[in-house]
Amino acid sequence: MKMTRLAATLAATMVVAGPTLADTLHFPSLSYRTGPFAAGGIPFADGYSDYLTLINERDGGIGGVPIRQTECETAYNTERGVECYQSIRNDNPLVIQPLSTGITYQLIPRTMEDGIPMHTMGYGRTSAVNGEVFNWTFNYPANYWDGASVIINYLLDENDGSLEGKKIALLYHNSAYGREPIPTLERLAERHGYEFLSIGVDSPGQEQGSQWLQIRRERPDYVVMWGWGVMNPTAIQEAANIRFPMENFIGVWWSGSQQDVRPVGDGAHGYKALAMHGTGMDYPIYEDMQRYVIDAGKYAGTGDEVGTVLYSRGMYAAMLAVEAAKKAQEIHGVAAITPAMMRDGMANLEITEELMVELGLPNFGPAFSVACENHGGSGAAMIQQWDAQAGEWNLITDWIDPDRELIMEMAMDDSIAYAAENNISPACLN
Amino acid sequence: MPDTLLFALEASLNGLTAGVMYALVALGFVLIFKASGIFNFAQGVLALFAALTLVGFQSGQIPFSHLINATLGTRLHHFGWNMPTVLAIPATVLVMIGLAILVERFILKHLINQEPIILFMATIGLAYFLEGFGDIMWGAEVKALDVGLPKGMSMAVDDATFNWFGYGFYIDRLEIWAAGIAAVLVAVLTVFSQYTKQGRALRAVADDHQAALSVGISLRFIWVLTWSIAGIVALVAGIMWGSKSGVQFSLSLIALKALPVLILGGFTSIPGAIVGGLIIGVGEKLFDFFMNPIIGGATENWFAYMLALVFLLFRPQGLFGERIIERV
Repeated sequence: MKMTRLAATLAATMVVAGPTLADTLHFPSLSYRTGPFAAGGIPFADGYSDYLTLINERDGGIGGVPIRQTECETAYNTERGVECYQSIRNDNPLVIQPLSTGITYQLIPRTMEDGIPMHTMGYGRTSAVNGEVFNWTFNYPANYWDGASVIINYLLDENDGSLEGKKIALLYHNSAYGREPIPTLERLAERHGYEFLSIGVDSPGQEQGSQWLQIRRERPDYVVMWGWGVMNPTAIQEAANIRFPMENFIGVWWSGSQQDVRPVGDGAHGYKALAMHGTGMDYPIYEDMQRYVIDAGKYAGTGDEVGTVLYSRGMYAAMLAVEAAKKAQEIHGVAAITPAMMRDGMANLEITEELMVELGLPNFGPAFSVACENHGGSGAAMIQQWDAQAGEWNLITDWIDPDRELIMEMAMDDSIAYAAENNISPACLN
Repeated sequence: MPDTLLFALEASLNGLTAGVMYALVALGFVLIFKASGIFNFAQGVLALFAALTLVGFQSGQIPFSHLINATLGTRLHHFGWNMPTVLAIPATVLVMIGLAILVERFILKHLINQEPIILFMATIGLAYFLEGFGDIMWGAEVKALDVGLPKGMSMAVDDATFNWFGYGFYIDRLEIWAAGIAAVLVAVLTVFSQYTKQGRALRAVADDHQAALSVGISLRFIWVLTWSIAGIVALVAGIMWGSKSGVQFSLSLIALKALPVLILGGFTSIPGAIVGGLIIGVGEKLFDFFMNPIIGGATENWFAYMLALVFLLFRPQGLFGERIIERV
């Protein structure tokens, strides 16, 4: 009886105290703080949440409307991710960030049907760049195929413009995510004359003996990695073990965080990875973050991930979501926007360096604009290198553009095939 | 010697050392199954918990600091000192023994005479609990584990094979050490079970609970003993795997590598766990080596289970397992 009364009181309190749909902007987070990939999921979720908290605490929300955050645990499991989506789809979610390629593939048709925008930043289905087919999915500022192309362009620079006769191996997570760059690297191999070798690693990737024996036998000039979770430090450790030159080992942005290199210690020195955004705390925004969020004790998680690569990525994703919401408010002239209005904001988003400076994030991300024909931004990325002695990532290049002509051509083929399979008539929504 | 043969030989040697790593995990399963008939689903998580605790002690991390900070608004993380490995390992062993006592007190004691499936379900619950508890106690970030074991290519093997074959074989020194440690572990466990009073009691309980109880053997003590030993074996497995790729929550998934080993070697045989591990290790490496050009890579996970399935068809009890005939 006591329990029933307590439950009733709690429920009543939540109804009274809880924010209502009309007076908040709902930003859900499909996070994974548990399970085998938690080490990567936690900093991203913290960064995403802290930025939204900063906007609430410092600015009072977006356009005067407070942000309401909710978090649903997916454990990086596709089924649980879909369940999370089902649980929030009627709660006016402004944008879905699935944080998993597997979940993204499942949610593309659902979000399309429900009219809820989805942002898959640096992951998900690459051909979603075609906004005529994927009206509700956005993957700016870069996608996997951009990443693969940026790496090849970087290697071209390193080799005086020619990769003729070189051998490049792709070590990939044997999943939808890991297999994404294969077509791009194959096409680029035809164009630039390098020999391409793909080597799969079964999830989670703790045992890679066979793969690195193969690399030792085949002697590729470069190894490119598309890994996640424990696969990354294991691969870097194996590379160090067989004395593969670490400066010739380049990971995608999901293989380039502190979690990937620290367990390897000095052996990881010189390892390189793509960077789709800046990292570290040398940005003016952290003054506000410290004042309004950290010092105020309003940080998410434990507060010790601030400034790390994946925290920065979460923060960047939140920043892009907030800017899209501002754009939506501007387009529609209302502060309490709906998911459909948010989609319009995302479809017309324009990020300039002036805006980044204004936000306290100078040169943190590339300048880009979104349009119906291109939901994928600029695709530019930088290369960072791990300094094991200093324990920090250093950016060693400026923004490198991908081979966008080829990528758009491939994306068009793939998206048109998707449209035909799913009876979609390609057209812009606005 | 032709290159293909050399490469296959190198792959086989690496398979042997990888197999020992699998066997280290499988040993913990065998110990508990032998003594209590329980398939301990939590064995992988025990390895994770042991490794987390060891790193926590080594780095002077304050247990439950995240919980304390969230509750009290403090910013505590470390004691400010590091514990030497020689002290951290015994301290972790004590924690694992304490955990064994708690498991017996709060789970097993209440499930005496229950069906094996009930006990199995209880270990699933324990696995989920321990994973969450480990997270709250030590945090979920990836931690580097260094207990002073050498890592990297063995130059001795490289030089020797280069002199013999004109091609230097690669073998990870960590895995050579793992083979030595596994050999010592098996020897100690064998001596313990054959020549000590507690070991004989443990075998008596394994043979027949009721008969063991009737001659005055304490079932509860034996269960604590078994889970303590399994905890120590889990610590060894956690150290070896944690040294390889850091201590993170995916460490619990190494249990998946032990299952085919157990099916092959038998659930009740310590030598079976070692032999099963070696067969799986060599089999998967050779299969990958020969079949990779034809069917592509990433065969290691499913090949181990395929091999185990074939064994199940012909020898369901495994290579060294006890053949159980039940009359109906």
